[in-house]
Amino acid sequence: MLKTRKTFLLALVSSSLLIGTASASSKVPDGVKLAEDQTFVYRVLDEHSSVDPQVVEDVTGSEVVRDLFEGLMNQDSDGNLVPGVATGYTVNDDNTVYTFTLRDNAKWSNGDAVTAQDFVYGWQRAVDPELASPYQWFMELMSIRNAAEIIKGEKAKEELAVKAIDDLTFEVTLTAPLPYFAQMTTQSTTYPAPRAVIEKHGDKWTRPENIVSNGAYILTEHVPNERSVRERNVQYWDNDNTILDKTVALVINDENVALTRFLAGELDRTEVPAGQFPRLQKEYPGVAISFPRLCNYYYTFNLSDSGPEAFKDVRVRQALALAVDRKIISEKVLAGGQPEAYTFTPEAVAGFTPPVTEMATMSQADRDAKAKQLLAEAGYDKSNPLSFEMIYNTSESHKKVAVAMSQMWKQKLGTQISLANMEWKVFLETRGNQDFELARGAWCGDYNEASTFLDLLDSESGYNDGKYNNAKLDELLDTAKRSTDAADYYRQIEEMLASDMPVIPVYHYAGVYMMDSDVGNWPVNNVQTRWYSKDLYKTAQ
Amino acid sequence: MGPLLVLAMLSYTIRRLLVAIPTILLLIVACFFLMHVAPGGPFTSERPLPEAVLANIEARYGLDQPLWKQLWDYLTNIVVHFDFGPSFKFKDRDVNDIIAHGFPISLTYGFLAFLAASIVGIALGVAAAIRHNTWIDYFAVCLGVAAQALPNFIMGPILILTFTLWLGLLPGGGWNGGQWQYLVMPVIALSTSYMGSIARITRSSMLEILHSNFIRTARAKGLPEYLIIWRHALKPTLLPVISYLGPVFVYVLTGSVFVDIYFSTGGLGQSYVSSALSRDYAVLLGVTILYGALTVIVNLLTDLAYAWFDPKIRY
Repeated sequence: MLKTRKTFLLALVSSSLLIGTASASSKVPDGVKLAEDQTFVYRVLDEHSSVDPQVVEDVTGSEVVRDLFEGLMNQDSDGNLVPGVATGYTVNDDNTVYTFTLRDNAKWSNGDAVTAQDFVYGWQRAVDPELASPYQWFMELMSIRNAAEIIKGEKAKEELAVKAIDDLTFEVTLTAPLPYFAQMTTQSTTYPAPRAVIEKHGDKWTRPENIVSNGAYILTEHVPNERSVRERNVQYWDNDNTILDKTVALVINDENVALTRFLAGELDRTEVPAGQFPRLQKEYPGVAISFPRLCNYYYTFNLSDSGPEAFKDVRVRQALALAVDRKIISEKVLAGGQPEAYTFTPEAVAGFTPPVTEMATMSQADRDAKAKQLLAEAGYDKSNPLSFEMIYNTSESHKKVAVAMSQMWKQKLGTQISLANMEWKVFLETRGNQDFELARGAWCGDYNEASTFLDLLDSESGYNDGKYNNAKLDELLDTAKRSTDAADYYRQIEEMLASDMPVIPVYHYAGVYMMDSDVGNWPVNNVQTRWYSKDLYKTAQ
Repeated sequence: MGPLLVLAMLSYTIRRLLVAIPTILLLIVACFFLMHVAPGGPFTSERPLPEAVLANIEARYGLDQPLWKQLWDYLTNIVVHFDFGPSFKFKDRDVNDIIAHGFPISLTYGFLAFLAASIVGIALGVAAAIRHNTWIDYFAVCLGVAAQALPNFIMGPILILTFTLWLGLLPGGGWNGGQWQYLVMPVIALSTSYMGSIARITRSSMLEILHSNFIRTARAKGLPEYLIIWRHALKPTLLPVISYLGPVFVYVLTGSVFVDIYFSTGGLGQSYVSSALSRDYAVLLGVTILYGALTVIVNLLTDLAYAWFDPKIRY
């Protein structure tokens, strides 16, 4: 399969590098005394959707699944790929066949060996129309051969191009070379599944009394809408290097109650309610923390036929984008350490260097002046003011941002804006049907690469609610996906967006937490917030 | 009660239950169509699903069928299998599981809150009435008004700040199988405002009764005051209270959304709201049916209780 010796060596080097970073003994720094009670308790906003790896679709559920199951690859605390069940992988010449070598000591919690067949079963399950996983699209996105046809019902799930060459060798064939394919195997949809258990218990296989899993933890308790508890899996191959014994997720809908319970010592981690970060940071230094996340926050113009004429003028779009004082929104309105956004893709994305756009380097006064000038050129002034409606989904913090933005526009440019908030599903329908003028948008990356964001502006994308249509951008995106080093293309795309301004990037999300100071090794540098309980520990205080 | 009376009440009960069936059916149909009229569906999300994926999901849950067929299948599943359908959002559980888990919790603290509100409220009202225009009366009235002015969404934060953060006596939320420490705050938060109303109604009703002729007669024949209150005044006093308690009982069970969300009890009120927001059709319908049936039953019990409290009322 490997056509040249060079690729082989390269692959070997890369897989041994992977193994090198996996060492777990470095988890606890010298001189740190571990706590007797290794239990981590954290707050979740909502009950998880499922703990079935192929079915789960929410962040909360994925966090649980990442502890219970283990896929081919994991992420380390910086978001780099490290071995999971696979010790490494090799790729053929044209980047379309990936061969993963599985470790021989990986076990299910019932003692059975984890084999390549378990992955074949899991991946077939993920595309099975009968299971109807909401994450089927992810398998299609992975470009696995026949995935799209199986999902459409044109082929049988057994025809998915995944193969167990032997118990410890798993091979995948792609329809297109995907440079970030291995990154995608950290997604829970691609985890192995225990066939015998699923066939025996059917839909009820994920109950604590039935579930068998291959991760560092097993599900020992689940009280819906209250708590779920996972405890160490003694069969896990790296159990000796796992420190945390127990992780408890408590469902607390109200963030202020969660904060109170954190302060009362019931929780080790909770989110900081909007606007409270500066106060908490002062009162609890080192406990209130903020770090960048892989999500953006923007407003999108409706550029479709149903959108207002005014927005089809690039000068109007430019003017509105310029007049938004992002510093005020970031520091005064949100006050949680959110980075100001001048590009669509967050700077935190791996391998992405944002271009230095003109807007980013100007002072706000210069931006305002230019905005006024552009809007005047477009023919809008006091006697003929620009007026439009901006919509957002009902939420206190979205409202604050929308009010701030509309005031900035009103004061600086004299625009007349009406604000409308909508219940979430109504909002999605309205935006999806292009029944709006300016709408809020936000996106969190599915994987740590710029295309997960920029794809949104592809003219063919189902997520392109503003119906931005730029053939040059589509072409660049396509080229980027086929190249081994796409950074330059992504920069070009961002430059194009900065001059065309189909969306107004406002800020990039930050994870803002109250984190007990005895929690060790929280991956603050993992921008996808992919954390694994097996990498955490509690120190004695 | 003579055998004739029991027979009359039995036939009355049966008649009422027979009327309840079309009522609930109407409720289901109305709720079903209203639900589908609301924009968006259970699988509308920030990332719209590709058509093929959406088609698979809709086929799995039968959402690709015409609406009347969906409604028919839903009803037959309930009647034949007592199956209230799947949850679209919580894929590891179905509606039967969700109700079986959440309802006992809501019932437990709801019933306790109802008891607390009734007992304390009635006692306060009676005390205020028989010691009319004394400091006891003023105190009870003040307390009642204050309690009524403190809805549960104000009581919740006050309780948590006091008992959890400052005193450190009670856990800030959760259920833990219904241990008493976890029950105290939800019960207080839920019962206070009802307690206030019950006290006020009891007081004014008692005052009215104490001035009526039959009480004067009882006093005239020399009956001690406590017997007058206990034997003659209390029962008629409670009539208007009972007509208020019926709906309150339904409210404490169904209107406990805030308590569920605030104290993370895992009760059914929270599922009710979240299922409406996430368009989790079967869950929303299931809980609606349960609450509807509960309302019908409680109303019937209230009407039957009237007969027991007031000999003038016969069915």
